[in-house]
Amino acid sequence: MKTTRPRSLRLRGFTTILLFLLPALVLFFGLVVAPILLAFYASVFKWNGMRGLPTDFIGLANFTRLLADEVFLGDLWRGLLLIILSLVIQLPLSLGIAMLLNQRIHGRAFFRLLFFAPYVLSEAITAVLFMMILSPTEGLANYILGWFGIDPLDWFADPSSVMMSVFIVMTWKYFGFHMILYIAGRQGIPRELTEAAQIDGATGWKVFRYVTLPLLGPTIRISVFLSVIGAIQLFDLVWIITGGGPSHSSETMAVTMFQFGFKRFQVGYASAISVVMFFISLVFAVFYQRYVMRRDLEGASTVLRDQR
Amino acid sequence: MSANRHKQSPTSGGPLRSISLHTIVVITALFVGIPLLYGVLGGFKTTRQLSSNPIGLPSPWVPENYTSVLGSASFWQMLWNSTYIAVLTTLVVVAVSALAAFVFARFAFRGREALFTMFAAGLMFPFAVAILPLFVLLRMFGLLDNPLGVILPQAAFGMPMTIIILRGFFRAIPGEIEEAAILDGCSPLGFFWRILLPMARPAIATVSVLAVVNSWNQFMLPLVVFSDDSLFTIPLGVMQFQGQYATDIARVMAYIVVAMLPALGFYAVAERQLVSGLTAGAIKG
Repeated sequence: MKTTRPRSLRLRGFTTILLFLLPALVLFFGLVVAPILLAFYASVFKWNGMRGLPTDFIGLANFTRLLADEVFLGDLWRGLLLIILSLVIQLPLSLGIAMLLNQRIHGRAFFRLLFFAPYVLSEAITAVLFMMILSPTEGLANYILGWFGIDPLDWFADPSSVMMSVFIVMTWKYFGFHMILYIAGRQGIPRELTEAAQIDGATGWKVFRYVTLPLLGPTIRISVFLSVIGAIQLFDLVWIITGGGPSHSSETMAVTMFQFGFKRFQVGYASAISVVMFFISLVFAVFYQRYVMRRDLEGASTVLRDQR
Repeated sequence: MSANRHKQSPTSGGPLRSISLHTIVVITALFVGIPLLYGVLGGFKTTRQLSSNPIGLPSPWVPENYTSVLGSASFWQMLWNSTYIAVLTTLVVVAVSALAAFVFARFAFRGREALFTMFAAGLMFPFAVAILPLFVLLRMFGLLDNPLGVILPQAAFGMPMTIIILRGFFRAIPGEIEEAAILDGCSPLGFFWRILLPMARPAIATVSVLAVVNSWNQFMLPLVVFSDDSLFTIPLGVMQFQGQYATDIARVMAYIVVAMLPALGFYAVAERQLVSGLTAGAIKG
């Protein structure tokens, strides 16, 4: 990304640069890069995580074990499921609501504030709140379903409904964030464009389909990206609500890693899970930036920059 | 496209259509609002009342759940811990990132872009990837059960976003200002401290708000670093309280509602910075 450099070459001076960068480099290498490297190192050992460094080298055995582990393969499948649900349900919902709130709807500022509020709450609070609301015995959700004559559900307690329940909580917590992104993106589209389309006779849906939606492309791609990365690292909600259960049916990669690393002291194996998470994120990010967001990175992404 | 000009504009569709659109928004508002309202009202009920009358107003109103939370020393301790950690994290991450962003924005040197890309790449790695080795490292440094064990890693993982946003802002400040400062005998540090930072105040506010919110809600890191519950932050406290009083739902509800208040209050005050930070961060990330 070559851009015009400010004419500040006079400020050069190796020592100045070094002194200014040093704290950031120390912090970043010490606490971000070093841990990731350590995870790589530990992943080829059998290690209980006790003091000192691991010694029992086992090559790639942790990884072959991982690929044969049904729980881990299940994690991948559940991660994919959450990604698909997010893309098919949560993001369209956010986009739709953002478009509605972009119109002159009564109480628009209030709705905006309300929809974004859950994002500010911690995952822990959200998790505990929904444990009570989706409680099979005395939860609010079953009570409301009762009005419509629907039998009570087991929500988090049933392997067949637990992922759906987790997804409901995720949607509650995160759709407002994506909505905010879309609202900002929508505001970055000049009025003239939609107005021109209208003068040409395009109706509401057509304006949206052929003008607004394409121009929202960069925002949508970012939103998709963040959803996927979020699903890959999902931990807090699941850990507090179900701990991965019942019988692993809501476990995510991060939860499995945490179980092995901090509860069962198989740190080598857990590190292998971390490494796989790292590569999944890396491959996805590189692929996505290269093939999907390429156009955006070439300058089209300035749409939102003026929002501040 | 069809030629039927002068058709109604999309924003002013028929009354029927606008009612149905409004309905969607209202339904969504219920989906978001009812859980919150249920929590607030539930805290004023007894657990018994809550199961017989989950949705109505409390009768009678029982303030004891709330007063007992507000009267418990451990709650205030956690509030203090969370505040302390959030403030220090923010100071560290903003100070360190501002220095680095200054260099990335205003200096030309070999390997600058590569170095910047390395920092920026930190964005795409989930925190969960590093938690395990991070724990091992923190144990090696003796930082377990020490607030620094949470503050420093949080600051380190907050750097990519902060540097990206600040660099963009620093770049936008015209070079003429810098030249004038240099001609007047300003050192790089003097320029940074006396001119750049004051000019970048909105951006500093934005990244600070992001750092506070991230720190406030962080769960995984304190979970592994703190075993001594006098160090617990609010998210850990919420989980612990839920474990202790799982059957006394009304009481747990009052607890989480009180625990929500600081975050919601902060949101009310800093909504603008938060939204601009998230959109800017997302777009540049």
